[in-house]
Amino acid sequence: MRKSLKDRLAILSDAAKYDASCASSGTAKRDSAASGGLGSTEGSGICHAYAPDGRCISLLKILMTNFCIYDCAYCVNRSSSNVERARFTAEEVVWLTIEFYRRNYIEGLFLSSGIIRSSDYTMEEMVRIARTLRITHGFRGYIHLKTIPEASPALIEEAGLYADRLSINIELPTDAGIARFAPEKRPANIRRSMADLRLKIEDAGEPTLQTGRRKRFVPAGQSTQMIVGADGASDAAILSTSARLYGSYDLKRVYYSAFSPIPDASRNLPLVKPPLMREHRLYQADWLYRFYGFDINEIVSGREDGMLDLDLDPKLAWALAHRAKFPVDINRAAREMLLRVPGLGTKAVKSILSARPHRRLRLEDLARLGVSIRKVKAFVAAEGWSPLKLTDRSDLRTMFEPKPQQLSLL
Amino acid sequence: MIHAAVIEGRGAFEPWRDAARALLQTGIAPDAVDWRVFDAAEARLDFDALPVPAGGAGKTSAVPAAFLDLAAAAICHSDPARFALLYRLLWRLVHEERLLLRVHADADVAAARAMEKSVRRDAHKMTAFVRFREIVAPPGARRRFVAWFEPEHFIVARTAPFFQRRFTDMDWLIATPKGSAAWDGERLTVTPEPAARPEAEDATDDLWRIYYSNIFNPARLKVKAMQAEMPKKYWKNLPEARLIPELIAEAETRVAEMAARQATTPLPFHDRLQSSFPAETLPVPANNWEALRNQAMGCTRCPLHCHATQTVFGEGPGDAEVMIVGEQPGDQEDLAGRPFVGPAGKLFDRAAGEVGLDRRRLYVTNAVKHFKYEPRGKRRIHQKPNMGEIEHCRWWLAKEIDLVKPKLIVALGATAYAALTGERKPLSEVRGQTLAMEGDRALFVTVHPSYLLRIPDPQKKEVEWRNFLEDLKAVTCLMQAASMTEEDALPRARLAIP
Repeated sequence: MRKSLKDRLAILSDAAKYDASCASSGTAKRDSAASGGLGSTEGSGICHAYAPDGRCISLLKILMTNFCIYDCAYCVNRSSSNVERARFTAEEVVWLTIEFYRRNYIEGLFLSSGIIRSSDYTMEEMVRIARTLRITHGFRGYIHLKTIPEASPALIEEAGLYADRLSINIELPTDAGIARFAPEKRPANIRRSMADLRLKIEDAGEPTLQTGRRKRFVPAGQSTQMIVGADGASDAAILSTSARLYGSYDLKRVYYSAFSPIPDASRNLPLVKPPLMREHRLYQADWLYRFYGFDINEIVSGREDGMLDLDLDPKLAWALAHRAKFPVDINRAAREMLLRVPGLGTKAVKSILSARPHRRLRLEDLARLGVSIRKVKAFVAAEGWSPLKLTDRSDLRTMFEPKPQQLSLL
Repeated sequence: MIHAAVIEGRGAFEPWRDAARALLQTGIAPDAVDWRVFDAAEARLDFDALPVPAGGAGKTSAVPAAFLDLAAAAICHSDPARFALLYRLLWRLVHEERLLLRVHADADVAAARAMEKSVRRDAHKMTAFVRFREIVAPPGARRRFVAWFEPEHFIVARTAPFFQRRFTDMDWLIATPKGSAAWDGERLTVTPEPAARPEAEDATDDLWRIYYSNIFNPARLKVKAMQAEMPKKYWKNLPEARLIPELIAEAETRVAEMAARQATTPLPFHDRLQSSFPAETLPVPANNWEALRNQAMGCTRCPLHCHATQTVFGEGPGDAEVMIVGEQPGDQEDLAGRPFVGPAGKLFDRAAGEVGLDRRRLYVTNAVKHFKYEPRGKRRIHQKPNMGEIEHCRWWLAKEIDLVKPKLIVALGATAYAALTGERKPLSEVRGQTLAMEGDRALFVTVHPSYLLRIPDPQKKEVEWRNFLEDLKAVTCLMQAASMTEEDALPRARLAIP
């Protein structure tokens, strides 16, 4: 008997939850004021709800189907798993997207899929959904399509006309890991898809000869995801893969997803609590690399095993290992050095720089910028404040470490 | 004597602006103004306070546009202290420091910014947490939706245009205790009066709840993170929020049950699928160029392949008389999968064009077939291949030479020279020379065009560009000589044998 729409929605959203990305930001601005239609995107995305896992729900994140011919060990939908299978029709996905959108539950659709029959067949069905939303229904909300490995370039090109973002997941940081856990996937082909997409996006960014206008093609760019903790890769390996992906394919984001136990899991994988703190540290390190001028080697050189310190955020860990560079005088230091002070974010640094020509800043002034004095005071000098020996105290680390948890009996 | 400024205070900016302007013009200092929120029940004549003087007579003061933005947002805040704070800020901007707003650390600026931030956040949460429910519309009419929302501040007027831009093709009403907004396809109506809560049930809420509970991953419970972004005060109007306590309570058991279950045996379709995947085919010895290229695409002889996008194999006529050998693919070549398409390749094309070297007759390739680089933010910095990598890749270069059988090989740069001869030499020692190779082949050595791109001094650049053109002219001559004479008659005497 065919499963009801409700049952299939349950199965196909459950199957989609292991993808971390839910962003709906960074795309071109558009709205329906002139067309009288439905939908808008306004630069920054909107999180319409949060689940108790703390993750934002911005898009209707579902699979078209969770049938799959691939057998990737870490994936809930792998062909050897006995999870319940289901499939939406294209019309059902379109209907759900539009009706959810009208009630302001979501910013748009994030459609992924297991691979059925062939890569091209699957991708074509997904493109059909995006085309129906855009062309038939004039939908102006956000669309994120997962591209299927090995799908033909013509389909990717059409997908890019309708989608705000395209993504293809690399899943594991090393080629060896992919060969072991995702035997049907070809890492080289994934890289080639990313390269092709980058070139296509850049081509579309050039004004055309006839009209001088730029073509709208994947305006929110491409992203990818890596699973953390399924294989033995170190944080250093993960982060250097990210750095290469950012540099090579102009990715907007690399998402890190702590490997989470899945129903009917493969025997080859750890069935432990997902390493959430490790995932969090990786995001922090990723930010340091992209917005704070840190090099990956600087971030991961603190420990010999190439892992990040789970007790301290990577910037603080770096500062404790490089105390000779502190304290930093907030009234004189260059932007690059201010960015390296634990507790100062990019916004605080901007505010410090804009206030400096007008007055000498004191520690209290930092507090008004939303900076935690407890965090920064050992690392900065300000008008009326010098940390003196604080910076060099041997127990400085313990002041920042999480409080030891009392062991529970039993 | 104190002046009383009474403001209705439901988010409108103009009443405050008019009063503030008049007070400023008449030079009434902030501590002489008592800002009050108008309250109809308490409306009374206050004989102890002076009214706000009529403005317009005195000089007007220009204030930074940034202040107007800040004030327009902060005025929507629900704190009654906002009027006085903004007037004090205005006074200081005019009388003390015009650039005061740049000092985010100033107490008044920080307080006003905090109000602005709170208002913006509330407005953002309104765009996120308003939930429309469909109500019955008359036949033939547009679909109708209503929503009930409880904002913290007076933000309905600020936020209503967002809904108009987004939900243009349907009629909607958003009712709140701090005003309401409605859209009928033609007019956006916003009122500041408290509205009544519209009652509506919508079956689609059930589907949404199914989605909400299934997209939640019980193995990653982070209740605090959820509440930081979706504070409890919003829950009562969110159809999905009633599921939260149960989802949290059951999470641990669900995870434990999942872990306790043994992995099952795959269904038969898995085995069918697995057997349908083609087995890895063993490489056949490549005896033609196409086969060689296909083999090279899967090359894993050295670790460079893990980081590069793809093998960039040679390109050009399979029987070319001249083969150009560069160092390694660069950023653009790596992305496109074709040699000599990046800046250095384009420069080579230009030089070839200037000396009349027919680019279509050349076979172009690289000593190393994968791009070696270091990532730096959004860019990739080229790194020289080491001797080991050159050694591994020589295997492919030798095969290419065997198949194409060029009469003349042009080495661009030291790496190409090393790959072709097996020896490292300073380029200055061999540049411009024509050397003999085995198989009656001539080897000509010149610089790599990327060298020309890296010269900072324009004069030196020009000189080196001329030298490069001279070298390519020599190549053109050798090429013509080679095609005119018989293959075995390539005059060995003309080759400077080291």
